[in-house]
Amino acid sequence: MTVWDPIADIAAKVRQGELKAVDLVEKSLASITKAEEYKAIIATTAERARKRAQQVDAGDNQGRLAGVPFIAKDNFLVFGAETTAASNILKGFDAPYQSTVINRLEAEGAICVAKANLDAFAHGASTENSDFFTTLNSHDKTRVPGGSSGGSATSVALELAPFALGTDTGGSTRQPASFTGVVGYKPTYGLMSRSGIVAMGSSLDTVGTFARTVEDAELVIDVMAGTDELDSTTIERDPAGYITDPTDLKGKRIGLIREYMGEGLADNVREQIEQAVAKLREAGAEIIDVSLPSLPLALAVYYILCPAEVSSNLSRYDGQRYGFSCSDAKDLSESYTRTREIGFGKEAKRRIMIGTYVLSSGYYDAYYKKAQTVRTKLINEAAEAFKQVDFLVGPVTPTVAFKIGENASNPLAMYLADVMTVAVNLIGVPGISIPCGVSGGLPVGLQLIAPQRADRELLAIAVAAERVLT
Amino acid sequence: MVREEIRKEYTVTIGIECHVQFKTKTKLFSGADNDAREAAPNTLVNHIDFGLPGALPVLNKEAVRLACRAAFALGSEPQKFSKFDRKHYFYPDLPMGYQITQYDEPIVLGGSVEIEVDGQKKTIGITRAHMEADAGKSTHPNGADYSLVDLNRAGTPLLEIVSEPDMRSSTEAKAYAKELYLRMKYADVSYANLYYGNMRFDVNVSVSKTGQLGTRTETKNLNSFRSIEKAVEYEVARQIEVLEKGGSIVQETRGWDDGGQKTFSQRTKEDAHDYRYMPDPDLPPIVLEQSYIDEIKANMPPMPDDYRRILVGIGIDAKTASDIIAVPETAMTVTRVYEASSAELAKRVAFWMLQPQSDDEIADLAANVQVPDKYLVALAQMVQDNKLSSTGAKEVFAYMMRTGGEPSALAEEMNLLQVSDEGEIAKIVEQVLAENEKAASDVRGGEMKAIGFLVGQVMKLSKGKANPSLATDLIKKQLGL
Repeated sequence: MTVWDPIADIAAKVRQGELKAVDLVEKSLASITKAEEYKAIIATTAERARKRAQQVDAGDNQGRLAGVPFIAKDNFLVFGAETTAASNILKGFDAPYQSTVINRLEAEGAICVAKANLDAFAHGASTENSDFFTTLNSHDKTRVPGGSSGGSATSVALELAPFALGTDTGGSTRQPASFTGVVGYKPTYGLMSRSGIVAMGSSLDTVGTFARTVEDAELVIDVMAGTDELDSTTIERDPAGYITDPTDLKGKRIGLIREYMGEGLADNVREQIEQAVAKLREAGAEIIDVSLPSLPLALAVYYILCPAEVSSNLSRYDGQRYGFSCSDAKDLSESYTRTREIGFGKEAKRRIMIGTYVLSSGYYDAYYKKAQTVRTKLINEAAEAFKQVDFLVGPVTPTVAFKIGENASNPLAMYLADVMTVAVNLIGVPGISIPCGVSGGLPVGLQLIAPQRADRELLAIAVAAERVLT
Repeated sequence: MVREEIRKEYTVTIGIECHVQFKTKTKLFSGADNDAREAAPNTLVNHIDFGLPGALPVLNKEAVRLACRAAFALGSEPQKFSKFDRKHYFYPDLPMGYQITQYDEPIVLGGSVEIEVDGQKKTIGITRAHMEADAGKSTHPNGADYSLVDLNRAGTPLLEIVSEPDMRSSTEAKAYAKELYLRMKYADVSYANLYYGNMRFDVNVSVSKTGQLGTRTETKNLNSFRSIEKAVEYEVARQIEVLEKGGSIVQETRGWDDGGQKTFSQRTKEDAHDYRYMPDPDLPPIVLEQSYIDEIKANMPPMPDDYRRILVGIGIDAKTASDIIAVPETAMTVTRVYEASSAELAKRVAFWMLQPQSDDEIADLAANVQVPDKYLVALAQMVQDNKLSSTGAKEVFAYMMRTGGEPSALAEEMNLLQVSDEGEIAKIVEQVLAENEKAASDVRGGEMKAIGFLVGQVMKLSKGKANPSLATDLIKKQLGL
C-alpha cells in the first residue's frame, strides 16, 4: 500500500502536467490531519505551501523535485511557520532566513508542508525530550519512534510526505529510521550545509534524509549536497553526483563490526542482523570480521564532546534578542537565569551542565582534550579498517523501539540507544539505516557505513542491499 | 603624593594589550559593512552578527591578509597554522554568548618594536597578536532603567597585540603605544583613529622594590596616548602609596575616569570569568602557504624607522623627522620628492606640509594630496631658482593642495612670480630710496643694517614679487656702494 509514487516519478508527472502540485500539497496536508494522533508534526506551513504549489503549477521551479511535498524537522529554519527546535525557549521565533538545504530543495520545486517534532534541540533518542509532546511509533503507539528526528521518521513511515529531513549528530536520523522502518541517511560530515539549522554539536551535526527507498533518498541528497559559502566546513560534492548506477554486492568486502555484535545487543535484533548479513553474503558480498578496538569508548567520547559544543551553541538563547524572554526579571543577571531556567527543558540543562563542566578550567585537559585524543584514535582505526574492507555493517540500535517512558527517568539508559551510531559522527563518515526485518511487529534497521566522502558508493551498495533484504 | 625618593626605590613594570580594528570592508565573520563610524545603531548587522539560530561564521580573507601585514609590521611573521576558539561569557553586546578569538594558536607569535625615549632606544618585545571579533557597544544612559546595545561594531575584526612587560615608565608606555599606532598606520591595516576607538589599549602595571614582580592591575579601554600616560602614572603612584602604607595590591581590572584623571576598580580576580575556551568547530584552521606569506612580505611598505633613517639622512633634525613621520602620508610624500629630486627640495616640501597646526590638519592635508609629486618638486625648484619667494611659495602650495594645478601657472595667476627684470626693480628701488632718505643715507654712511629695511620696502612695493637678492644689489648700486 503505497500512497506516493517514487519521488522522481512524482516530479516528472508534475512537470508534464499529469499531477498538480496543489493536489499533492493538499494530499499531504490531509494525511497530516488524519494522522494527528501520532503527534509527528509541530506545525504545518500550509499557507506558504499552497502558495508555492500554485507557483509550481504555474510553471515556476519545475525542477527535479517539482511539486514534491516534504516535511522538515523543526530545527531547520524554514519560512511559513515558527522554528522552535521543539524548545520553549524558541517559541515564537519566525526565521528571517532559510536553511541552505531548504533553499536548494525549493529551487528544484520541492514544497515544505510541515515541521516535524524532535527531542528539543535534538537532544535525545525518543522525542520524549520535546518540550511539547512525544511522537508515537507508527507500528506501536505505546512505543517511541526513536529520536531525535522521531517526527520526521514517523512522517515518512506514515507516508505523510514522500520524504523528510532530519539531522544526525549522534544517530538522530539512523536510529529513528531503524525504529520506524524507513531509510535514514547520514552523509559525510560537511557534505551538506549546516547553515540555517539550529546547531547542536557543530563538529558532529549533519543533515539527515528520510525516505521510503534509497533511490528516493538519492535524488534528495543529490539536490542538497555540496559546498555552501555560508558554511566553511562544507566539502565538494562527488562530480558523479548521488544518483547511483545499478551495482551488485558481488565481490564487495563488507566488515561486520565485532564490537557491535557483542554484549548489549538484544537477541531479536541480533537475529535480524545475522539473517541480513547472511543474505548479503549469499548475494556475493565477502563478509569479514572487523574490529575497531576503541569503539566501546565512542559513547563516552561523544557525551563529552557533544555536550561541550551544546553548552557553547546554546549560549545564544539568552532572551535578549529573540525567542522566549522572562519579562519580570529585575535585572540583567536575573533575565539570563530566569529565561534559561524556564525556557530550557531538563535534557538541555543537563547537557549544558555537562558541557560547561568539561570545558571548565582545570577539567578541560582531563575531559575535552582527552576525548579529542580518543576521537582521533577512532578516526585512525576506521581508516585502518577501511584498508581491509569497502564498507562496514552492523546494527543501528541495540534494541527495537522501546516503550514510551521506559528510559525517561534514566538518562544513561537513554544515551545507550546511541551506542552504535555515535562513532560514525565522531569519525565523520557516512552511514545509512535500511530496513532489514521485523521482530514482533517492530522494524529493525541495518547500518551500512562507508569511508569519508564515499557517499556515492554507500548509496549504491545500499540500493543493492535493499533489493536483497526486502 | 608619593615622594620622589620613595618612588625611586620601586621598579615599575608595564605591559600593554592593544586592540586594533582592521579596516576591512566587511566584518570578520559576516558580510555586514565594517565601517560603523557614522552608521545609525544596529544598521550594520546581519544574521551572523545577530547570533540567530543556525548562523555560521565565515572567515573574511582580507582580515587574514591584514593580520599577516601586521605581523611583519611587528617585526614578526605570520604563523603558518593558527585557529579560532570560542571564549564564553554572557553579555547583551555579545550575541552568540561567546567571542570568537584565537586562544592557544594565534596568527602572530613573537616580534618586537623599537621605541625612543629621551634619545635612548629601547626594544619592546611582542608576545603575540591574535585575531578576534569585536563585541557590540553597550551604553547605560544616566538614571535610566535600561541599557542600549548597538551591534554595528559586533564582529569587527580586531588584532589584539600583547606586549612583553618590558616598559618601565609612563613615557615608555606612551612611546610604545605611539609606535604601535604608527606601525599599524604604515602597514595600512587600520584607520587607526583613536577617537573612533580604532585602537584601544589595556595597560598592566605593577610596582616592586623586592626584585620580584609585584601584583599587577589592568586598566582597560584607554583610547588616547595621554590617557595611557596618565593612567600609568596614576597607577604607579596609587600602588606605591598602598604598599608604603603596609597594604597590598589586589589583582583586578580597573577603568579610567578621564574627567577625574584617575583609575577605579571594576572587577577583582575573584569574580573573573572562566571563559571555557574551546576550538570553534564552525571554522577550519587557518593554514597559510609559504608563497602567500612571501608575497605579503614582498609588498610590505617601509615602516616608521625606515622613514626616520631617510629623513635624518637628508639632514632633517630628529624632532622635525618625528613630526613628519607622525603622518604617514607626509613621510611618504617627502620621501618620494626626495627620491625624485634632492634633499634640498624635499626639505622645502616637508616644511610646507608641516605648516598646519595639528596632526589632524596635517593628516587631512596629506590625505588630500591630489597633486603629482612633480608639481611639488617644481614648486620647490621655483624657490630654489629665485622665481618665487618662500612666502609666496607657501601660498601657492596651500592653493595647489586645494585645487590642483601646475605651480608656475598658479604662481602667475596669483601674481606671485618674482620679478627679476632689472629695469623694473631698479625703478622701484629708485622710488624707495627717494622716499626713505634717512635710511638711504645711513646705508651710505656704512650702517649696513638699514639695508634690510630698504629691501623690505622694495618687497612691499612690489607686493613680494621682487627678487630680494637682486633688490639688494640694485640698492647698493644706486647708492654707489
